[in-house]
Amino acid sequence: MNNTWHPGTAVRSARRPVAGRIALYGIVIVLAALFLLPFYIVLRNAFATHAEITASAWVWFPPKPTLDNLTGMFAGERPILAISMVNSLIVAIAQTALQLLFASMAGYALARIPIRCGKAVLGYILLPMMIPGAVTFVPSFVLVAYFGWVNSFLGLVIPGAFSVFATLVFRQFYLDFPRDLEEAARVDGLGTWGIFWHIVVPNSQGVFVSMGILLFVGSWNSFLWPLVIAQDQNMYTVQMYVSSFLTSQNPDLPKLFMAALVSVLPIAVLFLALQRYIVGGITRSGIKG
Amino acid sequence: MNVNALQPLLQRLGPRGRHLAAFAVFAGPVILGVGLFSYIPVLWGFVLSFFEARGTVAPQRFVGLSNYALLVTDREFIRSLMMITVFGAVIVPLTVGLSLALAVALRRIGWGRTFFRTVFFLPMTCSYVAGSLVWRMSLFNGQAYGVANMAGSVFGLQPVEWISAPSPPLYWVALVTVRLWLQCGFYVVIFLAALVEVPASLYEAAHVDGASGWQSFRHVTLPSIRNASVSILFLCTIGAFQAFDEFYNVMGGVASPGNITMIRTPLIYLYDVAFTQQNYGYGSAGAFVLTLLIVVFSALQSRVVGFGRAEG
Repeated sequence: MNNTWHPGTAVRSARRPVAGRIALYGIVIVLAALFLLPFYIVLRNAFATHAEITASAWVWFPPKPTLDNLTGMFAGERPILAISMVNSLIVAIAQTALQLLFASMAGYALARIPIRCGKAVLGYILLPMMIPGAVTFVPSFVLVAYFGWVNSFLGLVIPGAFSVFATLVFRQFYLDFPRDLEEAARVDGLGTWGIFWHIVVPNSQGVFVSMGILLFVGSWNSFLWPLVIAQDQNMYTVQMYVSSFLTSQNPDLPKLFMAALVSVLPIAVLFLALQRYIVGGITRSGIKG
Repeated sequence: MNVNALQPLLQRLGPRGRHLAAFAVFAGPVILGVGLFSYIPVLWGFVLSFFEARGTVAPQRFVGLSNYALLVTDREFIRSLMMITVFGAVIVPLTVGLSLALAVALRRIGWGRTFFRTVFFLPMTCSYVAGSLVWRMSLFNGQAYGVANMAGSVFGLQPVEWISAPSPPLYWVALVTVRLWLQCGFYVVIFLAALVEVPASLYEAAHVDGASGWQSFRHVTLPSIRNASVSILFLCTIGAFQAFDEFYNVMGGVASPGNITMIRTPLIYLYDVAFTQQNYGYGSAGAFVLTLLIVVFSALQSRVVGFGRAEG
């Protein structure tokens, strides 16, 4: 499934001595095992009982995997996990959709619509990339509080709906976009608006998917901003739910790991299915130089 | 919106006006959004840093530079800045080194490359919260059933309190490794993309000249991926100085209270000042001091990297 992305061929492997190659494989396999270890632990603990997790002899996998940890969290009058999952979905989908919409339009304008002060506008949009998020999180909260958006989806979604990073990627993509298609559509009488929606967007699905998944994962996994904005339990995102458990005294271990599994699994599956787009998105962001 | 109704109006604008109108429609949302959620907060924060603003986000009383003067003598804040500098000095070389090593290794192996690549990329999908959970509650939980202690017991070592004991400061092992694990995949992607573009002919030439594996890495690979390495260095440093999630989640609420203030990152300190003490003026001033530190370190780095190029 991942055969579509080739980082090139192993140019030098042919003349490497066998011992060296075995050592290389040994190191790679050990590191791979270490990289997978945390995923394995989440999976094991999510289906285990407290006794199995804390057993003095390592239980490789619970002999009778239990689903109680999962069902337990969706039961009850206020199933906070279920609520926080829905909240995270709403926030991540809405934010990703808005980011894609605004960034693709702005990127297209910056690449294709000639205006006199285009350079200045580009500079104005790019400058915030130089500002570390640390400076803005307190005053951004201040502003959102001023709007009365604390504890609301508006507060969670809107301030992050304008991605400078995505705008830059779309601009770069549209600079390299073949002009012939647009010229033909213009001859056929389409305006800029029509060309963008009927010609440009349908022909740039790849960049939409790769940017979309990067932005979605970023939104789903974000922690500091929701922590500041979603103060009421009903507005918790799934990251905050796990964190609130984690930093409490004596948390229920199996439930905690099940919550983590539920929060990681959708992203991991999405990643495995769309790996080449993710790689393409990161590569396309232009930082490889 | 009925676009056709606008046609006669647009015709009257002339080409330059039409371009301007289209540009405004397409780029308007981002221009407004960036202004509202980037420029205004920064300006507001800057103004607020010269005011006393407690319990309210409106400037109350002009205090000039006294917030900044207080910060310079604030031992907690200074300690957090020094702590994050040391953290950066450890995590940045480790992350860049391991990512580069993994990318080079992935290039050299043939069989199973796709599988291993996926494995090294996979932690990118994990949130800092979930990573912190595994590190705190399983790998380094300090119990006999903790993974690190269990691995140690194989070698006859006694269980160690990794996170809850203030000394020796073993919690750094957890804090450094969790960020390393979470971040490497992203940088491996960038390094791989850069390595692909190194022309194979350069390696052939180096080989013909009798260069060893290390020599061709040092003189062919490294100079060819210079741009990628510099970007990664900056991204990694800026990220480390703004560490929050893993410190908050690995150390937050840990039984031994002495720990918590000792390992407060600048961002956690500012979070406490702004949201626990509701001292927004002081918090804003702190944010600008942290930014200044990041800018200074970035400038230093670019000088060092720049000198490196002059030599080569």
